[in-house]
Amino acid sequence: MKHTGADALLMALKQEGVDTIFGYPGGAVIDIFDAMVRRFNESFKFILVRHEQAAVHAADGYARATGKPGVCLVTSGPGGTNTVTGLATAFMDSVPVVVFTGQVPTPLIGNDAFQEADIVGITRPCTKHNYLVACVDELVQTIKEAFYIATSGRPGPVLVDLPKDVCQAETEFHYPDDVYIPTYKPVVKPHMPSLKRAADLLKRSHKPVVYAGGGVITASAHQELRKLAEMMSLPVTMTLMGLGGFPGNHPLSLGMLGMHGTFRANMAVSHADLLLAVGARFDDRVTGRVEDFAPNAKIIHIDIDPTSIQKNIKVDIPIVADAKEALSQLIEILSSDRRQQRNEKRLREWHAELTVWRNEQRLRFDRTASVVKPQYVIEKLYEITKGKAIITTEVGQNQMWAAQYYLFDTPRTFLTSGGLGTMGYGFPAAIGAQAAFPEATVVDIAGDGSIQMNIQELATVTQYKLPVKIAVLNNGYLGMVRQWQERFYDNVYAHTDILCGPDFVKLADAYGALGLRAKEKHEVEDVITKALTHNGPVIMDFQVDREEGVYPMVPAGAAITNMILV
Amino acid sequence: MEDRHVISALVENKPGVLARVAGMFSGRAFNIHSLAVAPTMDSRLSRMTIVTHGNEQLIEQILKQLRKLINVIKVQDLTDGEFVEREMVLIRIKAPSARRTEILRINEVFRGKVVDMSHDNLTVEVTGSQTKIQGILDLLSPFGIQELIRTGTVAIPRARKN
Repeated sequence: MKHTGADALLMALKQEGVDTIFGYPGGAVIDIFDAMVRRFNESFKFILVRHEQAAVHAADGYARATGKPGVCLVTSGPGGTNTVTGLATAFMDSVPVVVFTGQVPTPLIGNDAFQEADIVGITRPCTKHNYLVACVDELVQTIKEAFYIATSGRPGPVLVDLPKDVCQAETEFHYPDDVYIPTYKPVVKPHMPSLKRAADLLKRSHKPVVYAGGGVITASAHQELRKLAEMMSLPVTMTLMGLGGFPGNHPLSLGMLGMHGTFRANMAVSHADLLLAVGARFDDRVTGRVEDFAPNAKIIHIDIDPTSIQKNIKVDIPIVADAKEALSQLIEILSSDRRQQRNEKRLREWHAELTVWRNEQRLRFDRTASVVKPQYVIEKLYEITKGKAIITTEVGQNQMWAAQYYLFDTPRTFLTSGGLGTMGYGFPAAIGAQAAFPEATVVDIAGDGSIQMNIQELATVTQYKLPVKIAVLNNGYLGMVRQWQERFYDNVYAHTDILCGPDFVKLADAYGALGLRAKEKHEVEDVITKALTHNGPVIMDFQVDREEGVYPMVPAGAAITNMILV
Repeated sequence: MEDRHVISALVENKPGVLARVAGMFSGRAFNIHSLAVAPTMDSRLSRMTIVTHGNEQLIEQILKQLRKLINVIKVQDLTDGEFVEREMVLIRIKAPSARRTEILRINEVFRGKVVDMSHDNLTVEVTGSQTKIQGILDLLSPFGIQELIRTGTVAIPRARKN
């Protein structure tokens, strides 16, 4: 029996286990939307966003929260071009997202037809891979490959461009069980001799530190990481993307490292004699000046992406592998090898040193102030949600305070645009997470700048009754840029003052959501409690200390020990 | 040290593959000195010969990034071993009758072929390694090179000798 391309696409999505699609209709995809409503209405939850960028961020948030690929469906031309920021965001953070774009009919491609854009050309550098389906008989195989590529190896976004005539043409539907792409075979098994050398180094080290990145979460290697750390008494620092990959409240946790990392994490890395990097890529926000990064340490680097190894930093033992696979093998080697005793005394001294650093410089802010300190809001959120919420963030100060003050204990509970740093990510990502987990508490920690980049999605949360909570840390500034201007640009606040509004309470009301405001510290708890118990979307407008900064701070390009502490 | 490397990549012969490779180079600020592409015996595959410059770490990154592209099957840095490289060049030189003999003599030394001739210029075809091409260009440039077309290097590893 033959099916149209549109039907075949939706049948394939069912086969892939897709239950939720984020998107926006248009001329080139009208056949797919028609099929979806007429014949697949029960199969998918469809979330109509108000801007295609939000569709990709929502699919990305869904993917990060669940570990399953997020799916998007948008139209040709502007529908496609609006997905670019979302794709680039997912690409930088290795998130499996599959975006389907409509395209003008194949005979018109290249003719500057209405709503035509070369989306495959445009998105080539910001997708893991992309496809133009030129003929309906290639459609099903392409979808299979797209999901396989998006979810395997180092995951990433894949875009599939679907010309309108391909969606209308008919084809047989046989969904392949397996996919074999001869040119794409990600390595998952570690090279055992290297792993043995790594185990040896670990045993002999006196000042070890684990530097855990997002790969730990992607590979679901958090249990192995914890087991290894506890077994070998390894202190663990996490990157922004790695938060939740190791419990933030664990005695071995050093917190985040890097530009806004904790004093003890940066000191630990800088004094370590061994650094075990797992699923991290030595980003410039982590390393600061590379020449001064972990200068005394032998470095073991486990990563599934060979290009991440030896890219920014020369490492001693490169191991290309899946983090879960590598860590569990490492545990096995270490627990079966009884030859070498560790120097427990030296190790105890190291932990004592770490404690000194912790006590010397804890994360801190003025707790006596009656104004609302943004850090206080995050602390209260952590306390009231008991650390059980899914937190998304926008980008800037809000993101860093969230990373510092909300202790993430479990993986997939902190969704943030780490690599690309996309303002406007958090709210739609929260929509994606809430769509995946309707019962969960999902909070977007936002700034008054970032939230306005996708504020139109308030219509989406009210339409689908998604009870997303938005905590706006409202300082009337584009705060992180302002902080740089204060520090490095003589207090010249060039175009970063946005005190003009809007009134977020009225705005919430206009969209049919609940708006709450806290102007004083003593109102914060009440606002959070009200918001969390309200059965619907809420904007919390926290009017925070305008010029509060994020500290510690390492100036860009400086050594990470060079921290401004304030 | 910025060394010259000749990289040979076997890729799928599909639309957009060249754009992926070229885009990866430009997007990551890698340099392409020359690039030659054509189908192999198996028409589903193409062979790319890329000449680039860089230190060890950069070349390692280029090779890895190439391998990471989904449509790339095999990548080899020919500079790691023995290989034969050739480039073809077409050179149109100003050649008034008084100077023609001299030009033809130089051409002969370099085993070039005359492929076109008119009253005041002639076009020669020369094939060889990059150094040889540079050699003839140095000798011919005083005569006035009017136009120069190069194919870019193609290269093949030497067969293992038993």
